[in-house]
Amino acid sequence: MVSSELQSMYQAVILDHSKQKHGFGLQAAADGSSHQINPTCGDEVTLQVHRGADGSVASISWEGQGCSISTASASLLSDLVHDLSDDEVSARIGAFRELMQSKGAIEGDEDLLGDAVALGGVSRYITRIKCAMLPWVAFEDALRP
Amino acid sequence: MTIDLNHPTTTATLGEADVERIRADFPILSRTVNGHPLVYLDSGATSQKPQRVIDVERSYYEFNNAAVHRGAHTLAGEATELFEDARSAVARFVGVADDEIVWTSNATEGINLVAYGMSNASLGRGGAAAERFRLGAGDEIVVTELEHHANLVPWQELAFRTGATLRHIGLDDEGRLRLDQAAEIINPRTRVVAFAHVSNVLGAVNPVAVLVALAHEVGALVVLDACQSAPHLPLDLAALDVDFAVFSGHKMLAPTGVGVLYGRSELLNALPPFLTGGSMITTVGLTESEFLPAPMRFEAGTQRVSQAIALAAAVDYLGGIGMDRIAGWEAELGHRLYEGLSAVPGVRVLGPAPGDGVERVGLASFVVDGIHSHDVGQFLDDRGIAVRVGHHCAQPVHRRYGVTSTTRASTYLYNTAAEVDAAIAAVADSRGFFGVA
Repeated sequence: MVSSELQSMYQAVILDHSKQKHGFGLQAAADGSSHQINPTCGDEVTLQVHRGADGSVASISWEGQGCSISTASASLLSDLVHDLSDDEVSARIGAFRELMQSKGAIEGDEDLLGDAVALGGVSRYITRIKCAMLPWVAFEDALRP
Repeated sequence: MTIDLNHPTTTATLGEADVERIRADFPILSRTVNGHPLVYLDSGATSQKPQRVIDVERSYYEFNNAAVHRGAHTLAGEATELFEDARSAVARFVGVADDEIVWTSNATEGINLVAYGMSNASLGRGGAAAERFRLGAGDEIVVTELEHHANLVPWQELAFRTGATLRHIGLDDEGRLRLDQAAEIINPRTRVVAFAHVSNVLGAVNPVAVLVALAHEVGALVVLDACQSAPHLPLDLAALDVDFAVFSGHKMLAPTGVGVLYGRSELLNALPPFLTGGSMITTVGLTESEFLPAPMRFEAGTQRVSQAIALAAAVDYLGGIGMDRIAGWEAELGHRLYEGLSAVPGVRVLGPAPGDGVERVGLASFVVDGIHSHDVGQFLDDRGIAVRVGHHCAQPVHRRYGVTSTTRASTYLYNTAAEVDAAIAAVADSRGFFGVA
């Protein structure tokens, strides 16, 4: 009853993450934070970066409201970020952006993106790429000193 | 004309055979989307175009294209005649005089034209004739909580520029304008009352006559946003007794790039111009200039000629079918949409229920519990059903009902009952797909 493209965008892992949100809930203190809005739909996310004693990116936390794609994207992103250097973080953000701009042409690097490669199906839908990118744009912004 | 436009008599309608004939005029309706026949339910955002309108615009470029209101050659004469005939056609369509119709790029520009004209008056432009447009501290502008951003942000900015206060008429829990509140909020300090004829989110026809009476009782000007009414309902602006009104061509079968501002003649001729430059002047000196009368004083620079001519073809097409019949058919579709969606578990349609003095057009914005509007819209698109998702350029009304975004299905004369049913069925099925059923 639904197309394979739609199935590919809304994989089980994405629908699961849109309901069981990892990293959800802001903390009292953060080393960086960003609030991003998608003006076309009013969706929003607030994302915090927490650094360890050595300066590495220990974890992120977030809150927001949005569609299943932006919510799952934030949840999948938070799974990826555990004790990473800034260079490792940049590589992941770069790989995700490349995947989103691929129009379905690439699979995505699972070593860098983990389960977030499941969002690759979104890249075929030009109107939804912004949804998937929203938490990643917030992450990038929150990292800026 | 004595038709009460707030409660249009909708006994006239279209039959299924009429709709099938109409559909054949719209080339795009025969295409498929994602392997399904296109079901276009996003006419509230922009309408599709009949072949005749497309042909008229093309024909202008193939045979008549020239600069209007200048040049003495044959083509210039033909282009000018077509352009001015188009103005007459649109004026007749909404029951006003030719020189009360100003071409704009869209409705947004029309509202800004009035707001900036008032702003310029407030700076002293326009002399004594423009006195009634001057705003300052203590003056009030009134809008409503259901406005499209186009009929809200320009008034916010006008208030900031002039020191006037912006107030709004609220909504009740069912989605009706609070008329009890309106009678208090519109007071002798009120100078402008700006509101939508039909909400692009709630889908209900607002009580124009009541608000016009309240505004005129205190000497305030009425600005009507007719974007969602001009395409769908018989519209007689003179009978409605509004002072200004705006609507957009692309929502009523015409191309993008052309909109209409109506203004009562004596007001247009007193309002200082917004955009200035060529084509809107009589005498230009090196330090100051004199302006043409309305409507040309508001039409500076090269005009959107092909779009205006195509808009005339569009209103001719609509008039040929009959706006009363279109309104009747869309009231049926709107009723079907409202009832059908409301019957789906977990679906809430915004705006008042039809009946009991409430007229709805063929438009319903709704929330599906547990599914974001983007996801609902994506599921429908997979079946070739085009709807709008998001806040529809009306954030305050969404906030009023506790939501960030909605899914909106909106009809036009070319939609069938079967298409409305397909959309309702798809919304019901989306609940299973997203695991909320």
